[in-house]
Amino acid sequence: MKRPRIGVFKFTSCDGCQLSIMNLEEKFLDLLELFDIAYFRETTDRPLTGHFDISIVEGSISTAWQKNDIVDIRERSRYLITIGACATAGGLQALRNWGSITDYKNYIYPSPVIINVLSTSTPISEHVYVDYELWGCPINEKAFSETLISFLIGKKPGIPIYSLCMECKRMGLPCILVSKSEPCLGPVTRAGCGALCPYFQKPCYGCFGPKEDANIESLLKQFQNMGLTQKECILLLDKMNTYAYRKAKIERS
Amino acid sequence: MTITKIKKDHLRLIFDRLKDSYKLVGPRVENDVIVLTEMDFHDIPAGYKDLHGKGVYRLSGNKDSNTFSFSLGPDSFKRFLSPPVREIFAFKKSKKGISANVSSKEEKPTAFIGMRACDISALKLYDKVFLEGPVRDTGYDSLKRNSLIIAVNCLYPNGNCFCDSLGTGPEVRDGFDLAITEIQDSFLLETGSSKGSEILNGLTIEEVSDKEMDEKNSRTEDCKKTIKRHIKVNDLPWVIYRNPEHPRWTDVASRCLACGNCTQVCPTCFCNSSYDRLELSGISKKSREISGNKVRAWDSCFSKNFARVHGGNFRPSRRARYRHWMTHKLAYWIEQFGSPGCVGCGRCITWCPVGIDITEELEAIRK
Ligand code: SF4
Ligand code: SF4
Ligand code: SF4
Ligand code: SF4
Ligand code: SF4
Repeated sequence: MKRPRIGVFKFTSCDGCQLSIMNLEEKFLDLLELFDIAYFRETTDRPLTGHFDISIVEGSISTAWQKNDIVDIRERSRYLITIGACATAGGLQALRNWGSITDYKNYIYPSPVIINVLSTSTPISEHVYVDYELWGCPINEKAFSETLISFLIGKKPGIPIYSLCMECKRMGLPCILVSKSEPCLGPVTRAGCGALCPYFQKPCYGCFGPKEDANIESLLKQFQNMGLTQKECILLLDKMNTYAYRKAKIERS
Repeated sequence: MTITKIKKDHLRLIFDRLKDSYKLVGPRVENDVIVLTEMDFHDIPAGYKDLHGKGVYRLSGNKDSNTFSFSLGPDSFKRFLSPPVREIFAFKKSKKGISANVSSKEEKPTAFIGMRACDISALKLYDKVFLEGPVRDTGYDSLKRNSLIIAVNCLYPNGNCFCDSLGTGPEVRDGFDLAITEIQDSFLLETGSSKGSEILNGLTIEEVSDKEMDEKNSRTEDCKKTIKRHIKVNDLPWVIYRNPEHPRWTDVASRCLACGNCTQVCPTCFCNSSYDRLELSGISKKSREISGNKVRAWDSCFSKNFARVHGGNFRPSRRARYRHWMTHKLAYWIEQFGSPGCVGCGRCITWCPVGIDITEELEAIRK
């Protein structure tokens, strides 16, 4: 039986999610048994040709040519899966969606005129149809292999959409929001990371993005009762999933 | 049931004795919270006091001269009897067909230390669900059957306890092997089973005087008196059934995060989901084999994918899901199992990140 053809593509991102794929280590070899990795610039210099059974896309759309490239990739693909906060929610670079791109350019670059970018950074799903989205900054390797396995055997990926608190409680971690008044975003964030931050007694800062039906307004109100200002609350949302959290906040209020 | 007493510093001997044949699970302080883990005598948070508010918990040490000065943490014993994630069987699908293999590990039986009346009542409800229903949960059965329950009578309720209203506490009445009541100078011990009496064999146990019995009773009375939270149950389940469209459901939905914390800490919530755990290495295209594990994990009626059927979930909104949760606890349970599914432990109030209080919500529905 022919192995399904996979392409891994990158737009505006830090490559961290692609590195997570390589972090599969010996499991990466299992992956090669089952799939033909036909395009993956981080690991091979095979040129971009033909069609793909699955395209895996990292990164957000932040330049004019990326808008064309993503359409080309979509046309070559049977399934398109986005990986990580950048591709799924616009990434940290989407902070510019709330400000002025000229200000940012002038502030950061010595010769701002040579920076030819869009004024926004947006998720892939705002440009083409996306079949499945994997959240996380970076993605979780197990969720990645679960998704590919699901493709192979024709089942729905078993990836949770419930809150991080569910995972945190299963692990038996004492809740730092309740016991220490730490502003933990766990209750409005997707499970999937293995409650990494609460495990180290640190509040979740939301790298897995909003859970389904996230009631952000209510949680932020509680943070204000705990002594945070409104501005500090908004800053908590303004990380790699700022675009998704702010959207969820507006849609629910 | 017989009642005897031991000197305060002899409690350690009971632990030493138990250790030979049991794994000890009980309260221990971890990151300023009393959790349930494997522990030993010196781990008992003696003298600690836990403060419980709505969505607030604070622990402080050196506050009391009693050993069992503290109350409940977020964990209940369900963590050990119906573990959060459990492998049910390994499976293999090949050209020859499908095979399943139930993995059974022989484990050292567990002694649960310091179980309170509310949690013992919760375990009885668990028995109804997992043992007395149409299907027996064999995993729960074997874990429970081999375990030993060392109960403790509460001295101080916390601010969210309301067991008294439901008749589930604070006094331990049955369902234990050994029950400890702490008084000024000793520990009174009631044995509830032959396993319980065996533990005391060979220890220096003494008779209990009338004065000490009085002290026990007055301590229980004092505990009851300090329970501040109450819930009215005489109009259940109908007060809830009559009010499916009460505006309070919309109000609570605006606060509820559907995070599921209340269900995870509740000692009677029993919902699980199962799924297949597969690894890339478990799939062989050549021999057309798939192997993996069926895993069962705690779930919650607050998650959208729980109770999802073809076409969606009958409870699509937070409003519907909160209403379902409370209706199940305080109404459906009564018809399903003959008593409310709440034992008044107050955990859902303490550990709700936004401090939603089931007693207050019920009261509001009444208005
Ligand atoms: S620590 Fe954070 S993630 Fe864990 S239960 Fe508390 S709020 Fe949820
Ligand atoms: S706890 Fe939150 S911020 Fe930390 S790794 Fe998990 S999702 Fe990311
Ligand atoms: S609810 Fe009752 S039995 Fe449970 S800890 Fe509180 S006082 Fe004790
Ligand atoms: S009642 Fe509280 S703990 Fe329960 S789901 Fe709602 S917000 Fe979470
Ligand atoms: S509903 Fe709340 S108070 Fe009642 S048993 Fe569950 S956690 Fe305890």
